[in-house]
Amino acid sequence: MCLAIPGQITELFADPHDAERNSLAMVDILGVRRKVSIDLLQDDPPGPGDWVLIHVGFAMSKISSERAAEQLEMLAMLGEASTARDELFDGMTNIE
Amino acid sequence: MLFVDEFRNPELIQRAVDEIHALADPKREYRVMEVCGGHTHAIFRFGLKGLLPPNVELIHGPGCPVCVLPMGRIDDGLELAGDPNVIFTAFGDMMRVPGSKGSPLESKARGADVRIVYSPLDALKIAQQNPDRQVVFFAIGFETTAPSTALTLLRARGLSVKNFAVFSNHVTIIPAIRAILESPDMRLDAFIGPGHVSTVIGCRPYEFIVRNYRCPIAVSGFEPLDILQSLVMVLRQLRDGVAKVENQYNRVVPWEGNLAALRAMAEVFEVRPYFEWRGLGFITQSALRIREAFAPWDAEQTMSVPGICVTDPKAAQCGEVLKGVLKPHECKLFGKECTPEHPIGALMVSSEGACAAHFKYAVT
Repeated sequence: MCLAIPGQITELFADPHDAERNSLAMVDILGVRRKVSIDLLQDDPPGPGDWVLIHVGFAMSKISSERAAEQLEMLAMLGEASTARDELFDGMTNIE
Repeated sequence: MLFVDEFRNPELIQRAVDEIHALADPKREYRVMEVCGGHTHAIFRFGLKGLLPPNVELIHGPGCPVCVLPMGRIDDGLELAGDPNVIFTAFGDMMRVPGSKGSPLESKARGADVRIVYSPLDALKIAQQNPDRQVVFFAIGFETTAPSTALTLLRARGLSVKNFAVFSNHVTIIPAIRAILESPDMRLDAFIGPGHVSTVIGCRPYEFIVRNYRCPIAVSGFEPLDILQSLVMVLRQLRDGVAKVENQYNRVVPWEGNLAALRAMAEVFEVRPYFEWRGLGFITQSALRIREAFAPWDAEQTMSVPGICVTDPKAAQCGEVLKGVLKPHECKLFGKECTPEHPIGALMVSSEGACAAHFKYAVT
């Protein structure tokens, strides 16, 4: 539950109440595309191509691609990658 | 992938293991608690215990939020789920956790509308799609997860979603560590600090551990080498007779934490005077409730939550295992009445629970 999954940002979406900033991003997580919130990174907003650590639908921190690869491999070794993927599919209602 | 290989490099791992053996004084015992359930899982999965000298013992801490939730809170949640107008949403981890009258999954089998969500934002979305139903999100987790619930509530308010409520069971890690340090039957020499909780709270909140208890701590990543390096860090401190907070996971954890996350938590939540932890009892100021400003989205303020108190089954010794007083296989029910297929206690349900990890990987 406290493990976070790396994902790569492909697109940013403006906050519906504040066009000045982006609040959601489309990310690719283990081949699954979904929208996540980037509000936790508002002090240092990420851009397309950046890797972020994602926990329960929120990007928690920016990481390098090397760290993302390390984390993905660790999840695979822990046997958590398929669980993480299943969880993503569980909640595949897209966030608008 | 050079970086990844580094963390699996057998030479580096061997070097860390050798240093641990060199640092561990054979004339004394070392009891080191890993606070986080993710670490517990990794320690078992990678068989790290087998690499350590026999006098360096890893004690599994309270950092599995599913495991420390008292049964009464699950019963309370399932009372809400019993209302036919309610859509009850929770993380997948919660589904098989038994309350006194069964798990969320069993409630679903009996007809309640129970749905797994990956994110609290998904629960909010379900509320928007079902305006004539009341959606309840069963919120659980330490500071890793609480900011996400807080931001979801800020979003619910921003979008004026009226049929969405959160049943907050969020807990905070520092009071639990303090309770363990104050517990008379515990003797700990050092801590391996939680990795992802610390991305939110940073390293400063651990300073009381070194100041008041002279107990070293290293905030750690989840790779085998991370955990071994963290052990080296605390064993060096013990050898040198010092106690400080070290950040082994500084490639992810900033010393000051995530200020945006802390701001969102502070806006939405306040500290409860006390909260019951499974196995640890009531701990003061150890959990988060929703502030009055967000009352319309608080299940405890708008719905009737019965406040059920249930004592654990007498034969189960979850409390002793949770505090590290007993090892999982020393519980009378371990592997007999209580297995991952038929769990009696939550420690056997979650993959981060000490009993489930022990059952799956350990050779006793």
